[in-house]
Parts: sequence; C-alpha cells; structure tokens
Amino acid sequence: MRFTLNGRAVSFAGSGARRLLDVLREDLGATGTKEGCGEGECGACSVLIDGEVVDSCLIAVGQVEGREITTVEGLADGGRLTALQQAFIERGAAQCGICTPGMLLAAHVLLQGSRRLTADDVREGLAGNLCRCTGYTKIIDAVLSCTK
Amino acid sequence: MCPAPVTSVGRSVPRREGADKVTGRARYTDDIAVPGAWYGRTIRSTIARGAIRSITLDPAFDWSRVVVVTADDIPGDNVVQLIRDDQPVLVPSGGEIRHKEEPILLLAAPDRATVEEAASQIRIEYELATPVSDIGSATLVFSTVDISKGKVVEDLEGMEVVERTFRVGLQEQLYIEPQGAIAIPEANGVIRVIGSLQCPYYVHRALKRALKLSDQQAVVVQAETGGGFGGKEEYPSIVAVHAALLARKAGRPVRLIYDRHEDLAATTKRHPGVIRHRTAVKKDGTLVSQDIEIVLDGGAYCTLTPVVLSRAAIHAAGAYSCPNVRIRARAVATNTPPNGAFRGFGAPQSLFAAELMVEHVAERLGMSSVDLRRKWMLRLGDTTATGQVLSESVGSELVLHAALKAAQTAQPPNRPTVRRGRGLSLVFHGSGFTGSGEKKLQGTIGFEALADGTFRILTASTEIGQGTKTIFSQLAADALGVGLDMVTLAPQDTSLVPDSGPTVASRTAMIVGRLVQEAATEIRERLKREKPPLRVEKSYIQPDTIHWDETTYRGDAYPVYAWACTIADVDVDMTTGEVRVTDLVTAVDCGKALHPVMAEGQIEGGCLQAVGWATIEEIKMKDGGYQNDRLATYLIPTALDAPRIRTILIENPYSRGPYGAKGIGELPMDGPAPAIIAAIHDATGVWLDEIPATPEKVLAACASR
Repeated sequence: MRFTLNGRAVSFAGSGARRLLDVLREDLGATGTKEGCGEGECGACSVLIDGEVVDSCLIAVGQVEGREITTVEGLADGGRLTALQQAFIERGAAQCGICTPGMLLAAHVLLQGSRRLTADDVREGLAGNLCRCTGYTKIIDAVLSCTK
Repeated sequence: MCPAPVTSVGRSVPRREGADKVTGRARYTDDIAVPGAWYGRTIRSTIARGAIRSITLDPAFDWSRVVVVTADDIPGDNVVQLIRDDQPVLVPSGGEIRHKEEPILLLAAPDRATVEEAASQIRIEYELATPVSDIGSATLVFSTVDISKGKVVEDLEGMEVVERTFRVGLQEQLYIEPQGAIAIPEANGVIRVIGSLQCPYYVHRALKRALKLSDQQAVVVQAETGGGFGGKEEYPSIVAVHAALLARKAGRPVRLIYDRHEDLAATTKRHPGVIRHRTAVKKDGTLVSQDIEIVLDGGAYCTLTPVVLSRAAIHAAGAYSCPNVRIRARAVATNTPPNGAFRGFGAPQSLFAAELMVEHVAERLGMSSVDLRRKWMLRLGDTTATGQVLSESVGSELVLHAALKAAQTAQPPNRPTVRRGRGLSLVFHGSGFTGSGEKKLQGTIGFEALADGTFRILTASTEIGQGTKTIFSQLAADALGVGLDMVTLAPQDTSLVPDSGPTVASRTAMIVGRLVQEAATEIRERLKREKPPLRVEKSYIQPDTIHWDETTYRGDAYPVYAWACTIADVDVDMTTGEVRVTDLVTAVDCGKALHPVMAEGQIEGGCLQAVGWATIEEIKMKDGGYQNDRLATYLIPTALDAPRIRTILIENPYSRGPYGAKGIGELPMDGPAPAIIAAIHDATGVWLDEIPATPEKVLAACASR
C-alpha cells in the first residue's frame, strides 16, 4: 500500500485494517499525531487527508491508499515554522502541547479558506479539537492573528 | 560577559519547549520507542465491594508468551506509598475489593493482540458484599478537621439566620494525554520508569517501597506531559509500579499506556461533597457568625484526601472576615474509585458554598451582594478563620473593583426563550502548601555554572503546560544578567535532580521559583571570585514569621493568598434548560505576572475547567462505577461552548515571592462556579444548590418554583 506522507511517498506492507493513527506513530515514526481518546471525540489524532481534517483513530490505513496525508511534522517548511506555528508559540496557544498538533492542523485548514475569519468561525472550525489547558481564548487569538 | 541583555521577567518570552510542541518533536510517554518493549495491561475488579474468591487462568490458552503479575510477585510492600498504607498495589487472591476497577492482575505480552486475548482468558470470582455508595451511609472516616474562631453565636435574638446546604459533584481532570508509563529494567537491579507525571519523587518513593529498591535503583524520568491538573499528582505511582512489576518479571521493558476509557473509569476524580452553612447576620448586614459543616467523599482509599479536606476547611469561610466561625469537616469512605488531587484541591468545593451563602444572605437582607461583599471581605490586617492576620498582598478590593469596571453592559438576549443573567464571586486561594508543609518538605534545587559559560537548573519541578521551564529560565537569566539561551534545565530525572517537592499546590513559581532566583544570584556573586564549574544547592527555609499549629488548626495556614473576582454572564434557555456562559471576566491578584501570557493562560484554562464543572461535567454512578466513562459521554467544553474569557492581571507584590509573584495555578478553579449559579438565579429567579447545573436540574428547579 502506498500513500504520501508530508510530501514524501511511503509504502506500508501490514494489514490495511490497522488504524492510520497506529501506522503513522508506530511504523512511520510520525509520533506528532497523538491519541487522546481513540473514539473520534477529542481530535488529538487529527491529520489531513487530501487537505481535510480527519480523526486518524477512526480511519483504517487501507482507506488512504494513494492519498495525501499531512501531519504536524509536515507543517513547517524545511525547519521554518509557519506563521500559525509561530503565533501558537508567541500567543500562548500551546500549553501542555498534547492537543497542539491536531489543533494546528484544524486551524491550518481554516486559514486556507478565502474569506476573513471571525472568532465564531474559528470556534466552529476547532470544535472537534479539545483542549483542557488554555480555555481556547489564546488559541482563537493565535488563529485570528494569521487570518488574511 | 556580553552587554546586559533585556530582562525577561514580566515579558511574555516564547515558551522554551514551544517549538518542539508545535512541530511534533516533543516526546510524550507513548511517543518514546523502546526496542523490545512488551505491552502491559491491568486486569481490574468488576464489582464495587466484596472479596476475591478465585482467579482462574484458562489452561487451554497458551500462557507461554504472556507475563502475569499477581500480588505474590510484589517484592516489597503491597502498598501504594502515599499518606496511609491502605491501598494495595494489587488485590491478592482472597483479598478485599473496595471499588470497581481495582487492580488485581497485570499482564504483558509482545503485542497488543496477545495481551487482549490473554485478558479474555481470565476468570475472577467474587464474594459480593453490599457497597457503601453515598456519603450519607458511610461509616469509615478518613480524617476530620475542626477550625474554630471566637464562639458560634447561639443567642440569635434580633439577627437574621440563613441556612443552606450545597452539593458538588465528581469531576474528571481530563488531561488530553491519558496516564502512561514505560518501565525498563537495567543493570544492578535498576528499574527506570519514564512516565507522564507531575511529581517524580512521589513515584520514586512508591517504586522503592513496592519493589524494594534502593534510592539509586529506582529511577523516575518525566516525559513531556500532556496535562495534569492534579490527576498526575498521585495516580502515576500506581501506573509506574505496575509497569515496573511487569518489567521486572518479564526481564524486559514494558509499556503501560491507558486508553481513555480505562483512564476515565479507574483514575482519581475531584471529591464530591455536601456543605452546610448556617450564617447569622445583624439586620444591617454585619456578619456575626458562620457555622459550616463539610463532608467530602474520599472514595475507597485515602489517597490525598486528608490534605484535600484540610484545604477545603481552611477556605470554607470564604474571603470574609467573621468574628465567630466554626468549621467542622470530615472525609468519609465509600466504595467508589478513590478521589484525589484536582486543581483547587478542596477549595473550589467549599468556596462554591461560601460564595452562594453571600448571595442568600444578601437576598434575605434585601441588599446587593456586591455591597455585602464589600462589607465582609478580608482586608489588610484582618484575621482569617484560622486566626491568620493578613499582613501583606491582600487583593480583595483591587480585584472586586477591577472586575466590576471591566464587566460590559449586558445586552438583552436575542431569542424570546432565552433569559440572560449575571453573577459575581470573590475568592481567595492559599498559595503553596498548607501550614508546615513547605517546612517539612524542604524542597531543594541545584544550580550550576558550567565550564562552557552556560548555566543549568536542576529541579524535579515538572513542566505540565503551566510554564515551569520558561519561568525558571526567566528567573535564572535575570538574576544572572544573561540571556535566556544561556540557561538550560536538566531533565526531570530522579538520578540527576534533587527533590524540589511535588509540582502541585500553586507552589512551583512562588516557592521553587524563588529558590532558582536565590541560587542564580549566589552563583553570580561567586563568579566574581571563582571560575566555573560551580554548583550550589538551595533548600526552602520557612521564614520564622510563619506560625502554624497543626493540632489546633490555628495560625498562618498559607504564606500568602491570591485573590480573584469573577463575573459570569449566562444565557438560560427556558425551554431546554441549557445554560450557556456567554462572557467571563476575571480579575486576579497574582502578586507579579512573571510571564503575563502564561499567567493569563493558566487563569483562562482554569476558568473554563470550572465552567465545565459548574455546567456540563457530570459523572453518573451505576453500581459503584461511573456510567459515563467514555469521552463520548463525559463531556468537557469545546471551543464552541467556551465563553471568551477576559483576564485582568493585578500586580500586588508578595515580599517573599520571586519579584512578588504568588501562586495562581489553582485560583481560577474557585470563582466561576458560584458566579455562574448566581447568574442563573439572576436570569431565572431560581437558586440551584447543586452543580453541575445540567438542563435537567435547571428545568426541574424552574418547574418547582
């Protein structure tokens, strides 16, 4: 089975029934993607499949054949942090950091849209990603600071 | 040295491990690959109370690839080391089960599928006993606290007496990273445990006790930790000892990582409780006497319950000055999983009741509750319930004034079925350990000037998201007059760093941070005469102005208090009973904001946790266990549920905190719940005496009006 991970072609020989989350973490070493609940409730395992946010704990790796996966490791461009990553650091949007990879990916997709985001748009867009540290205020501010 | 760098204290410098956290490089426990490690699993009781009659491993199953650990495999004491020796590491065959999900056996195998299959081949039979399920029928008392000031007034002629009983529910910390540990056996009988934890030396002591290890043989290393909130104060000792027992028997590394369901079902929660108040006031509102009774449910084992009860009792009279106070508190045992540390540590429970009592008294007198607070609140020179004279950094008036000023004019609701209301609370929270805690503990740090010209902080204080690494670096860099990049922290590894005490009780920045500042200052002086490498150690010395009598509960309960005033706006949907917190303003006297963005972050996160506790976070009990033990059924606030939280930091320095800082990690858990209940009353006219204010409770209260 082949797919693209952060712009790199990868192949995987095991069972297609395994969770994408486990294959990323255990076989491909992409441990930036976290498991928070294993039931699609918390969003810590969010990845992008062809640009859409998906809970990787709910996806069998067989379903991503030929598709493009982006994880948090794929956000920075050759070691240079994106404006969003920088904003997360500067504005206190990452505390313990366990929800941060999923949160960044969900926010990254929001920022791809063409219109200027409001705070309510950001709340809506991040509602699938739980954070227990920040109260969300600083996350929302960080995302809004990157909006066009 | 190069030109003096810009000082960093008071500036929101980038979080030191920030880049690792936004790129996925940060390594949390389950991210650490350990070659050859097996997967562990815990087999738990399915009953709440009884005895184990028999444990049968199905002989038809191939057990050769599975390691099974029972209580017989524990080389040391079968005790989870903490306050009391009541909790076993594993319940032995024939032993007593005191709660659901109690650990009985441990399994490990080379892969998850084998472990899961093995788990299904175990049959445990029980003698059933009737569980104690509520505090009303509990007979075993873990601890009591009695606080007395003046004399509770019995002659109530001409006074108003208000009596009310309040109830608070269980709450799960819900750190997003579940509990987990990896144990690695090494040469010379060393067992290294890497885990998600707040207090490396708690785990160190637990390992030594249960596995009969020396100081050197037990090594505990904190991995990057995905949230704690108290939930990783004492419970990680159990996970670590279990992993170590498996690793010892398997002779190889073992990973023991909980999934969310196991974490929710088995680990500690916030203590539920019942708090009764009887308050006497004169007709002009003068506070005459407070008579308070607190009962907390400790669950099946003692854990940290006596300390939680102590903090609950000390905060029970609220941030007010009353000449006559009686507080009688007790914590009892029930057959539920043990309750334990959770941000606020008993204070949110008792302050919830204390704050609502202000509202009820104000209503009885026909006064504004804000005016009543102004009349009652503790000010500089006033005396608390334990007889502590507040001699500095009393922020009650400052926070009340600032919060009222910041609250915006409420707009009318935009839907006919919605009613809008506003509530306020005023709270204080003791920073650092209670009473003589710091004196007994003598938290220690090391500080080194290295040969390459850089500096290193050696501390067991952990970074769990609250900013320890950044704040310690700032304090050290400024004391040395160097840039932040000249300072590093040694790993939180018990073989490398001294015991700085646990990362709890809003003590890290204030108590341990001060030690870092002192050590760095001393090194700077020595560098004028000596050459690196240099090393100093600093231990906490209790100032001789602090007096505390543990037997009478009189004296200086805390070195200082942080203060907060919170104003909550809510919308109550009168058709669904749904409560939505639409705006939350909180003014906090933090002494000094060492890092304003992180200070705000602590406050905002704590406030939202309190909003969850007050509104939606409910645990339903069934047969002694938690019915909603999954994240699909135990709900916490999402970005859509959360109000925008506005924090106002007020700097009102404390003479012994670094740059005047006071601990504020727990304070934000105290104020929002009573403010929200007062806001619901403002919106609907009904008083709830119990949280969470679920739609069912709101509708029932409105219907019975």
